[in-house]
Amino acid sequence: MVSRKGSGLPGILKGLVTTARTALRPTHTAEYPDVAPDLPPRSRGVIALLEENCTSCMLCARECPDWCIYIDSHKETIPATTEGGRERQRNVLDRFAIDFSLCMYCGICIEVCPFDALHWSPQFEYAEVDILDLLHEKDRLGGWMATVPPPPALDERAAEPAEIAASNKPARGTGLVGAGGAGAGGGGAAGGTGARMPRTVRPRPAGAGPAPTTPPATDPTASTDPTAPVAPDDTGTVPPPAKEPLTGTPESVPDDTSPTPPPADEAT
Amino acid sequence: MSVLEVVVRALSVLAAFLVLPLLVGQTEHKVMAHMQGRLGPMYAGGYHGWAQLVADGVKFVQKEDITPRAADRWVFRLAPAVALIPYLVALATIPIAPGVAAIDVPASVVLVLAATSVGALGTLMAGWASANKYALLGGLRAAAQLVSYELPIVLAVASMALAGGSLSLLTLTDRWSPWWMLWQLPGAVVFLVAAVAELQRPPFDMPVADAELVMGAWTEYTGLRFAFFLLAEYAGIVVMSLLFATLWLGGWHGPFEDTLGWLWTLLKGFVVAVVVIWVRVAWPRLREDQLQRLAWLWLVPLALLQLMLTGVGVVLGW
Repeated sequence: MVSRKGSGLPGILKGLVTTARTALRPTHTAEYPDVAPDLPPRSRGVIALLEENCTSCMLCARECPDWCIYIDSHKETIPATTEGGRERQRNVLDRFAIDFSLCMYCGICIEVCPFDALHWSPQFEYAEVDILDLLHEKDRLGGWMATVPPPPALDERAAEPAEIAASNKPARGTGLVGAGGAGAGGGGAAGGTGARMPRTVRPRPAGAGPAPTTPPATDPTASTDPTAPVAPDDTGTVPPPAKEPLTGTPESVPDDTSPTPPPADEAT
Repeated sequence: MSVLEVVVRALSVLAAFLVLPLLVGQTEHKVMAHMQGRLGPMYAGGYHGWAQLVADGVKFVQKEDITPRAADRWVFRLAPAVALIPYLVALATIPIAPGVAAIDVPASVVLVLAATSVGALGTLMAGWASANKYALLGGLRAAAQLVSYELPIVLAVASMALAGGSLSLLTLTDRWSPWWMLWQLPGAVVFLVAAVAELQRPPFDMPVADAELVMGAWTEYTGLRFAFFLLAEYAGIVVMSLLFATLWLGGWHGPFEDTLGWLWTLLKGFVVAVVVIWVRVAWPRLREDQLQRLAWLWLVPLALLQLMLTGVGVVLGW
């Protein structure tokens, strides 16, 4: 009996110690209506709509697993901007509604939107008394855009975002010719500038002679080529300082290898 | 003793009887919550839910008072009063300051013990009169518990009476010396355990084990009568805590006891009440057989041993 009591005693005391220790620690209670919850940054609270970005392409509505997105739109004709030009048509969004009584918060619509019109907002306080009131129109959806947090910063050595990578990439087809001019002349000069040289140089195969001698950044602004408006944009966006050598050098290698055929083409 | 004095004493005891259990109940809400990592009541009354039990009382008053058709009507209706009022009597005899108790009777120790036992009788009445199987089982368990744990309580208190050479709580507290805390330690432990058991508080809440017996003897009660049972439980904690504080912890003894004696009594009683709450949170419920085994194989022998020790001490003049 004594041994039984002896073995039971520590457990009994342990219970007292545990409860006392818990009592002295901060509580876990979330005083929600009084204190806003500390949500993770990418919480899926509600889907917000940036109406300006929406092209009424219907991708979201078609991909939605439970078909809770309603889109109405019509086409408007925009008169030609230049005389004799072609009239253009664009979609005008009449109605964009998400029925949150059906939505299962999968986020497929947000993933599938090619124009970043839909965003996750951490806002979650939109309960209604009647389930029918959970169908929210574009005004309400647009109002939630204010609560959408900015996108998280990229990881330190992440690849650059697809949009920036695409705008930096040389255009297809003509790139070979342009790169050839650059590679033949001053391709080996600097790896960093080599990546964007093709575009600036590309438009004048005829004046390929003087182009390599002058620096590419100043050259397009000085010249009055038809593509001059494009060129400054490129040079303006591309040079973030430290990143450039990293991304530039690998690209300069294909530029250097590809040039070799084009001179032959030019020669013929 | 003039009529006015009698009225004042009676009213102050009644006020203490209505306030102190609520204080203990609120403490239990808060202490238990924090021991479980919660906050407890936070809204009623504004500041940290201080009026939670007042709100509970208002709620209980509004509820329908149901008497089951098959119930033994008068016994059923009388039971809450039988459970509640003895604690009022017991509270009146407890000395609060040097020479001050609401009623000073020569054998107040006996009166207190008798009154608390009658209080437990209320549970038995409720269980019997409810015409409900759960209530009956709960009542019988309560009766068994009462029989088992009354003995250690009486023996432990008898040891104190022997040590102090009196049956009056006032005299006993007056003769108390700190040395008694060591000398009477086994008796103190026995009393504390048995008092918790007599109050049917966890871990000795087999009579109201909600997983097995719904609410034991209180199953059929609603509204104000149910609230009276709850009040009786907390009044019981108050009485037992104050009794323990006066007998074993010296009651009013402490610095400035002539002026602050009442404060010391209440503080010591409060500490004991917190221990009772703490034990409730920390420990699981004892099984019925474990409960009986603890009483007869541990508490009664320990109390008898204490009685012998006290006898030896008194004869040797400790």
